[in-house]
Amino acid sequence: MSTPAVEVSDLVKSYGPTTAVAGVGFRLDRGAVLALLGPNGAGKTTTVEVCEGFRRPDSGRVQVLGLDPVTEGAALRPRIGVMPQGGGAYPGVRAAEMLRLVAACAANPLDPAWLIDVLGLAGCARTPYKRLSGGQQQRLSLACALIGRPELVFLDEPTAGMDPQARRLVWELVGALRADGVAVLLTTHLMEEAEALADHVVIVDGGRVVAEGTPAELTAEGPDEQRLRFRAKSGLDTALLVAALPEGCRVTEPTAGEYLVTGVVDPQVVSTVTAWCAQQGVLAEELRVGRRSLEDVFLELTGRELRS
Amino acid sequence: MSGRFAPGTFAPAPGAGRPVRMLLAHARTEASLTLRNGEQVLLTLLIPLALLFGLTLVHVIELPEPRVAAAAPRVFALAVMSTAFTGQAIALGFDRRYGVLKRLAATALPRWLLVAGRVLGCLAVVALQLVVLAAAAALLGWSPSAAGLLWTVVLVVLGTLTFGALGVLLGGALKAEVVLALANVVWLVLLFAGGIVLTTDALPAGMAEVVRLLPSAALTEGLTAVLADGTAPPASTVVTLLVWGAGAGLLATRTTKLV
Repeated sequence: MSTPAVEVSDLVKSYGPTTAVAGVGFRLDRGAVLALLGPNGAGKTTTVEVCEGFRRPDSGRVQVLGLDPVTEGAALRPRIGVMPQGGGAYPGVRAAEMLRLVAACAANPLDPAWLIDVLGLAGCARTPYKRLSGGQQQRLSLACALIGRPELVFLDEPTAGMDPQARRLVWELVGALRADGVAVLLTTHLMEEAEALADHVVIVDGGRVVAEGTPAELTAEGPDEQRLRFRAKSGLDTALLVAALPEGCRVTEPTAGEYLVTGVVDPQVVSTVTAWCAQQGVLAEELRVGRRSLEDVFLELTGRELRS
Repeated sequence: MSGRFAPGTFAPAPGAGRPVRMLLAHARTEASLTLRNGEQVLLTLLIPLALLFGLTLVHVIELPEPRVAAAAPRVFALAVMSTAFTGQAIALGFDRRYGVLKRLAATALPRWLLVAGRVLGCLAVVALQLVVLAAAAALLGWSPSAAGLLWTVVLVVLGTLTFGALGVLLGGALKAEVVLALANVVWLVLLFAGGIVLTTDALPAGMAEVVRLLPSAALTEGLTAVLADGTAPPASTVVTLLVWGAGAGLLATRTTKLV
């Protein structure tokens, strides 16, 4: 059990002139959960598909359960579970039928009927795949990834297209997998998901790792630094607020009408902010104090503007 | 958090299933999906049946008597081509679109089983078709030579493999909609101009030489020799099928994409 579940270093993969992955590296330990977090087009899926053995890297080293996924794929595949992005099943196959087929490929599968039930698919077990909703297709795909009792599971955007209840269920499942010693590599662009599930978060953008660590490490700042944020009408003169606050506090308006006070936020600072707002005749809404969120880190690293 | 799943529920116990079980599960899924698909049933069963009755009962095309003895081998060849080529190409085109190849390739199913399961599923459907068609032909008064039965099986398996390889070549490389259109067009052309409805001896000399090189003509000619004349198939028919099958199969291993 000493070899890591996944070890990637200096991974490079291009499609023609487009470089999808430009030197990604990370390590996933046995029984841990790693989230690859990044905007669309960051190279998450390519990285995962290289680990699954579907794509051959241009250069770099990839070891999955101590095996080379391309040359030793036949030995690797029985040990992993894969949930590809966008599902995967015969268009006309019934949900339960597909899961039974995948179960037949495993030596010690879970009970397909139980898994169908747990994932809330009992009502559509006889429905052809192409008539399932997007969320149902995703849940079937997840079932196919888990049915063979793998040591390592790849989940590519597992909650895409799911309603909140299904998303909670997936989160609970990932927790149960981790508790049972299954390593999980998941991709997501949902900060909340990465923060809730992952032991280790790797933020990728433009094919590179821009930050990594535990959620706590990534969101940590200076020892006493905290944030106070509130919403009010846009365009307040933040220089005036800075003047009213103790030395060392900074005030920004990252998006219109959303204000952020950074520094040593003590009760006096909170009181000063509300008093200043009262003076300005504005109501400070959704005022809260806390550490920065993973979303703050993510947006600081990858930029706020919408990508094409 | 722990309510729904008892500890140890997902404790790893990985491993591949037994090859025979994987093969049968895959082949059974493939075959039942084909038989459940209305368009496939029309293509693989209803059209050949209609053609069998049409050729036997309606005197449009000149056939030696008894007409059913001349019609049956042609309809059998058509049935093989419909399932193994057109049916397989279209199914593969849409299976790729829906990501099923990738899904199965990510399981413990070895690559050779991925192909073998489809082939076995296809052979099962062909066998079922031929039983139904042979029963219908018997109703029309068909009595084949028993001596040709073994050769029939050999030719049908060879024909299924050859047309299957061609179907995979087409369905594994192009977009699903293009596959759908091409597979149907090729089917129609081969049916009428590929030596099936009109066998090569009914075609003008120059054309017959070319058509004789097609797998559709080779399978029809071989089955006619075996079933109507009770002789071994001409070596040229077996060679033609082998060459087409091997060529398409080799090419398909280079061009077939998972998605």
